Amino acid sequence: MSGHSSPMVNRRDFLAAGAAGAAVLGLGDRGLSGRAQAAQPLKIGLLLPLSGGLAREGQSCKRGADVTPGLLADMGMPVQLMIADTETNIDTARTRAEKLIADGAQVLIGAFDSAHTLAVAQVCEQRGVPLVINIAAAPNITEQGFKTVFRNFPTAPKLVSEGLALMKDVFKITGTTPTKAVFLHNNDTFGTAMAGAVNKLFPTLDMPFPLVETIAYDGNARDLAVEVGKAKATGADLVLLVPHGDDCIRVIREMVKQRFEPKAVVSPGSPGMYEVQFYKTLGKYSDYCMTNLPWINPKTAMSQALLKAFSKAYPDALFEMNIGYTFEAILIAADAAKRAGSTDPKAILAALPATNIAEHVMIGGPIVFDAKGQNTNTRSATIQNFGGKPLVVLPSDVAEAKPVFPAPGWQQRG
Amino acid sequence: MSIDLANQILTGLLTGLVYSLMALGLSVIFGVVRVVNFAHGEMTALAMYAAWALFTWLELDPLVGMPLIALMLFVLGYIMQRGLIDAFVSKPEHIQFILLVAIAIIMVNGSLLTFGPDAHGVQVSYGFDTYEVGPLLVDKVRLLAAAAALGISGLLMLFFRRTMTGKAIRACADNLVGAKVIGLNVKQLYAVTFGIGAACVGAAGALLSLLIDVMPSTGPELTMLAFIIVIVGGLGSMGGALLGGMLIGVSEVLAGYFLMPSMKGMFSFAILILILVLRPQGLMGARK
Repeated sequence: MSGHSSPMVNRRDFLAAGAAGAAVLGLGDRGLSGRAQAAQPLKIGLLLPLSGGLAREGQSCKRGADVTPGLLADMGMPVQLMIADTETNIDTARTRAEKLIADGAQVLIGAFDSAHTLAVAQVCEQRGVPLVINIAAAPNITEQGFKTVFRNFPTAPKLVSEGLALMKDVFKITGTTPTKAVFLHNNDTFGTAMAGAVNKLFPTLDMPFPLVETIAYDGNARDLAVEVGKAKATGADLVLLVPHGDDCIRVIREMVKQRFEPKAVVSPGSPGMYEVQFYKTLGKYSDYCMTNLPWINPKTAMSQALLKAFSKAYPDALFEMNIGYTFEAILIAADAAKRAGSTDPKAILAALPATNIAEHVMIGGPIVFDAKGQNTNTRSATIQNFGGKPLVVLPSDVAEAKPVFPAPGWQQRG
Repeated sequence: MSIDLANQILTGLLTGLVYSLMALGLSVIFGVVRVVNFAHGEMTALAMYAAWALFTWLELDPLVGMPLIALMLFVLGYIMQRGLIDAFVSKPEHIQFILLVAIAIIMVNGSLLTFGPDAHGVQVSYGFDTYEVGPLLVDKVRLLAAAAALGISGLLMLFFRRTMTGKAIRACADNLVGAKVIGLNVKQLYAVTFGIGAACVGAAGALLSLLIDVMPSTGPELTMLAFIIVIVGGLGSMGGALLGGMLIGVSEVLAGYFLMPSMKGMFSFAILILILVLRPQGLMGARK
């Protein structure tokens, strides 16, 4: 070979040309596969408490998730859901999150309970996979500096401040004001966060009544007779209640038995008093309970489409907040993937901060995330139970009924 | 004492009586067969599910269905003892423990598969009613359940004192060798005793279904409660089980009222530790 020039391409040139050609093909191929990936369904890992203490709420979220892929496919955003049960257990939530990512989930959504969501957020942050929170109110979730977490749900302080402000509107409209209130709350992560928010914000909100006592209870307690007895002993004529599941049924049941008849039972923002089991178990005693929380806007086209699909799939189930927020979380993930033109988690992560969804289903402004990954445009409504159904009574622009305050006594209900 | 506190103490007493009936079954089984039934709460939960099912499908009030449920649990207990536990009576306690814990786990997961994870409750038409007794408000459901529990406990004590079978069972408990010598069929009596203990659990479960909801995790919680009651009252002592149940019911109320409501469950364990330290045989148990 030495001293021998050859017109043929030598090995080094061949390899260099081959590498250059491969690079060109690779870029082009990535462009092709990127477009192909965008057309492929986005794999979404959905973490919900389908069993355990929060099973009812988790099953409700799942019903919302079940009808979402069809609607999003019509909007050109195909998704494939991989659903995992957290069993209302924080360790299970963490393990299932890791498994979903290992199985190819490109985005995670979840997880309803704040403690579980925080555990899942840590997994997502470690793996660089985006987490879109459907429901979880503890404020610290978006205060950890996580870059992968995006929450489309109000924090506990926001729930409380908007909830208490809405109560003042109820008093103004009905011309009746309570004289003092007692606050009963579940002592889990959510209830404690809400209690912290209530106790911190209450003095600053110029409410027209004092909060005379705060009573924490174990949501898993077999009965809540003592707690309700203590609340009754305060002489309060307004009960602020933050349950987190079936415990609200036990509270109201004891209130009826102990003939504790406040002017209203109001939640500043929590699940429980608008769920099917609440109406079924308590019957007429479930009426007039109020909950202040984000709710589905009954008047948008998208919520009408969601309602139609949901009613067809689940004619006997209640169409409520859990369904709306779970739909929106999947919508957010799919929207980010569509804008990114890719289902790669990194690309979705880059696209999520620029989210701006004007047309959605929950009451409130466009879905937009701040620097901490929090949507600050959520807005609470007041819903009140009438005949076994929750109806929006405030804000007036989306109201379906007028608020009733004070509520009729237990014995006066037909 | 304020009226509110008096109402709460009464509530605790009435609820405690129903818990006593459940714990009575555990005491009876241990007192005679010398087996600690670690599936006790799970069997109670099965009885609660049975009460819920009869109420939901046949509209049968648990108070009316209670004898049937007690009979069902008697049969279950009899078969368990005869078919499975009898072989382990003379084995070391840790082997019995493993066996009964395994049975408990099967029952919990069987409940989960059959009835799902949701809580199931019985809502009778009089479920919200209360009686006014002077300034006191007495919950009708609790009163009826407590009265039934007290009645059944009384009948059980009469059974052991006045009937030949009851006396034969007591003979096995007091002197096993002597019982065999006089020709008593000890295996059969053990099975009947386990069945009676299970029947207590069946009755207690039917009554409890009126007071609390049942879900798969209810069983282990009730097992723990039953153990606290019998240890506080004295393992093997029927009177102790009644006293322990009322004490635990009232102490939870007082803890919730004067301390923090979310601490009331913890208080039962505090009492348990106190009894184990100061009087390990229990309030009415015999010192060895």
